[in-house]
Amino acid sequence: MEKLKFGKSSGFFDTFERRPGAIKKNMHYCPGCGHGILHKLLAEALEEMDIQDQTVLIAPVGCSVFTYYYFDCGGISVPHGRAPAVGSGIARANPDSFVISYQGDGDLGAIGFNNFIQAANRGENMTVLFVNNAIYGMTGGQMAPTTLPGQKTMTSPQGRDPLTEGYPLKVCETVAALDSPVYVERCALTSYKNIMQAKKALRKGLENLKNRKGFSLIEFLSGCPINLKMTTDEADHFIEERMMKYFPIGKFKDIADDRPAISKHLGIFEPAAVKRILYPNRQSSSKSKDFRNKSEIFTKERRIKCAGFGGQGILSLGMMIANMARLRNFNVTWLPSYGPEMRGGTANCSVVLSRDDVGSPIVDKDTNLLIAMNQPSMDKFLPELKKNGVLLYDSSSIEVPNCSEDKKVFGINAAEIAEDLGDHRVANSVILGALSFILRDYFLEGDDKADFDKTFEEAIIDCFANKKGIVDLNLKAFYKGKAAVETCF
Amino acid sequence: MESTNQVLLKGNEAAIYGALLAGCECFFGYPITPASEIAHAAANLFPALDRPFLQAESEIAAINMVFGASASGRRAMTASSGLGISLKQEAVSFIATCELPAVIIDIMRGGPGLGNIGPEQSDYNQVVKGGGHGSYKCIVLAPNSAQEMCDMTYEAFDLADRYRTVVYVLTDGVIGQMLESLKLPEPLPRRPIPEWAIDGGVNKRDNYIASIYMDHDDLEAVNIRLQEKYALIEKEQQQAESYYTDDAELVIVCYGIISRVAKTAVAKLRDKGLKVGMLRPQKLFPFPKSHLNDLVNKECMKSFIAIEMSNGQMIDDVKLAIECKKPVHFYNRMGGNVPTVKEIIEKCEKILKEQQ
Ligand SMILES: Cc1ncc(C[n+]2csc(CCOP(=O)(O)OP(=O)(O)O)c2C)c(N)n1
Ligand code: SF4
Ligand SMILES: [Mg+2]
Repeated sequence: MEKLKFGKSSGFFDTFERRPGAIKKNMHYCPGCGHGILHKLLAEALEEMDIQDQTVLIAPVGCSVFTYYYFDCGGISVPHGRAPAVGSGIARANPDSFVISYQGDGDLGAIGFNNFIQAANRGENMTVLFVNNAIYGMTGGQMAPTTLPGQKTMTSPQGRDPLTEGYPLKVCETVAALDSPVYVERCALTSYKNIMQAKKALRKGLENLKNRKGFSLIEFLSGCPINLKMTTDEADHFIEERMMKYFPIGKFKDIADDRPAISKHLGIFEPAAVKRILYPNRQSSSKSKDFRNKSEIFTKERRIKCAGFGGQGILSLGMMIANMARLRNFNVTWLPSYGPEMRGGTANCSVVLSRDDVGSPIVDKDTNLLIAMNQPSMDKFLPELKKNGVLLYDSSSIEVPNCSEDKKVFGINAAEIAEDLGDHRVANSVILGALSFILRDYFLEGDDKADFDKTFEEAIIDCFANKKGIVDLNLKAFYKGKAAVETCF
Repeated sequence: MESTNQVLLKGNEAAIYGALLAGCECFFGYPITPASEIAHAAANLFPALDRPFLQAESEIAAINMVFGASASGRRAMTASSGLGISLKQEAVSFIATCELPAVIIDIMRGGPGLGNIGPEQSDYNQVVKGGGHGSYKCIVLAPNSAQEMCDMTYEAFDLADRYRTVVYVLTDGVIGQMLESLKLPEPLPRRPIPEWAIDGGVNKRDNYIASIYMDHDDLEAVNIRLQEKYALIEKEQQQAESYYTDDAELVIVCYGIISRVAKTAVAKLRDKGLKVGMLRPQKLFPFPKSHLNDLVNKECMKSFIAIEMSNGQMIDDVKLAIECKKPVHFYNRMGGNVPTVKEIIEKCEKILKEQQ
């Protein structure tokens, strides 16, 4: 067979200084190894295309783990099988880099297949060079996903049995079936003709990188004479007579010309611009930054529990209360029922507001204000309401509770009012309206009363992220709730 | 309209604000409760700042993407919980050995196995002790509020850069899920690409990043260098919050949500005239050995109690730090349960009675 001769390429270092030990001129590969041939092709291509500065060549785990000894370009050595994931990270973080993922059949086809196929399916701007030698070279000749039927290896000593070990994995065929990849070709590193074709394919894969066309895969059928226990010529014969029957060489897909280039993230970092995006607008511009209600009720930590069915808007009710507190510059925590507490469709949340730092955000035995929106919640949490505590409940579905004298109890038919408004989901805002009235008329003093509603309005607007229709309906519900509780007393 | 730095955010969301304000450039994640809000916030806010966000195919992929991004000289992060952290360990070991900066948030949930989504602190060992193979460690920050979720994540990027190491932000499901008022820090400018990065556009192409050393002496030298770095971190970075420890006879050692509950418990115990204090490690590696040793040498100090939401993982570090010079009691809940104020008070009262 005619063999290809390579000259010295500046894609390689002159001497391999990164290689420990005395040998600095030669690569560590066995004679006749496919990796050695592909390395030469790649070094030539990098040089000729003048892309060494931007190229990041990912070394897999396998015999090619030391690519960075040889190639004069960026290099990184990664966990077994993870090159496409690491490569995705590089390609996204620095879209100006050209990522080459160099992988063996164990690395790509076994341990790392998911990372590989997912990167292919995302169409990462990456070219994968897949060295299929039908064996685990580095670890001493175990069966690979691409080992041929009947092929004997250290872990298939009787020969691979397709009925127990399956048939060899057809990687190009699989990838070509996906929509995202732009280029898929299988080559063989054997004859002059095949190697010239491999060279062309490699060039095409790198051009796709340069043009940001996305994912290219080139598979190279390669010899591992040492583990096949063959001479180089026998290994070539094995590839051409046996491997190529199962793994036909040729182009499976080439749609790069029809694909637009992938766009790049530039990133916004200018501090003023970042602030514009991340800092919220201040709504209560009329209030000073450290304004806090002076009223007695807020001198102590207020521990509030809201409870009801999931879907009654319990969590957003708590959030609106928390938002109100934030707008008045209290320290506040809101904690949803979560984890093991979340059973049987009930929901509750704890809200704590305080002038000082909030200690425990979990409201249990020490509730000051209980808002109950269904009977089970009332039954469960009423015993936790502290002396002199306030109870606000939905009287449309809850029986009049049996409370000790010290408690202040307010029942309001929130669900019915919400139904009348045409949306049962706004019962929480009805309750909020009632709460604002109760707070204002029973607990707030002096100036604090003045614009309390306004703060709640802002909290509602905030909670529904300015969605106009929803905000309006909730504001309506809020004022209905206020009116309803007013007429109660 | 005027803008404000006062916000109300879940701990999980606050972490993303902290990250973006610190100039984090990319986020790679995989959904898991109770950490998912981190990915949700990232999915909204990274693209809003034209920075890459990617939902990876697994935690393994996510951390390897962080590895790649960090090697490219970009500030990168991921977030997960329990089992997801287990999956990341191999790559964390690589990143630590390659001495690359990276930030990982772990919002601990109930384990072992699939466990549940309730809060626990049972990732302590796998995060604070290294976790993966080999003799490496990561800096571990332990926030207990939304403010600290933001601030510590913000700080994590600088620490990761300064020591070229992985920094974890480790907390529990409650702190992640809890909405709280906080003040946002100032945005940092983009960090210049470090000179070790593989970015041929900025630096020469001769950088490479690897953690394989075939020569035994070479690998030993790497190990020694790493241990020297960890010793320096231990010297420079111990951090803890003390609460009523000055005259305490019993000091509670705890972190995360328990420290919030314990604070309320300590205040109530003090109301009863009982001399109980709390020491809250704000970093778990390095562990606040010096703070503990200051306390252990005090005349009035009789014992410690470690309170944890695990089988007792941090308690080993407490005992090691004080070389068992004073008793270390233990109280724990598991499975998603959080110790209550009442439970802590009762336990402390019992110890105080016994040590009279
Ligand atoms: C997580 C992990 N598992 C196993 C190994 C051991 N290992 C090293 S290389 C290799 C197989 C490599 O085979 P292949 O990808 O085909 O590469 P080749 O050497 O044939 O080029 C294995 C299993 C490892 N390094 N990491
Ligand atoms: S063992 Fe096989 S794959 Fe590895 S260097 Fe030798 S011939 Fe190449
Ligand atoms: Mg192989």
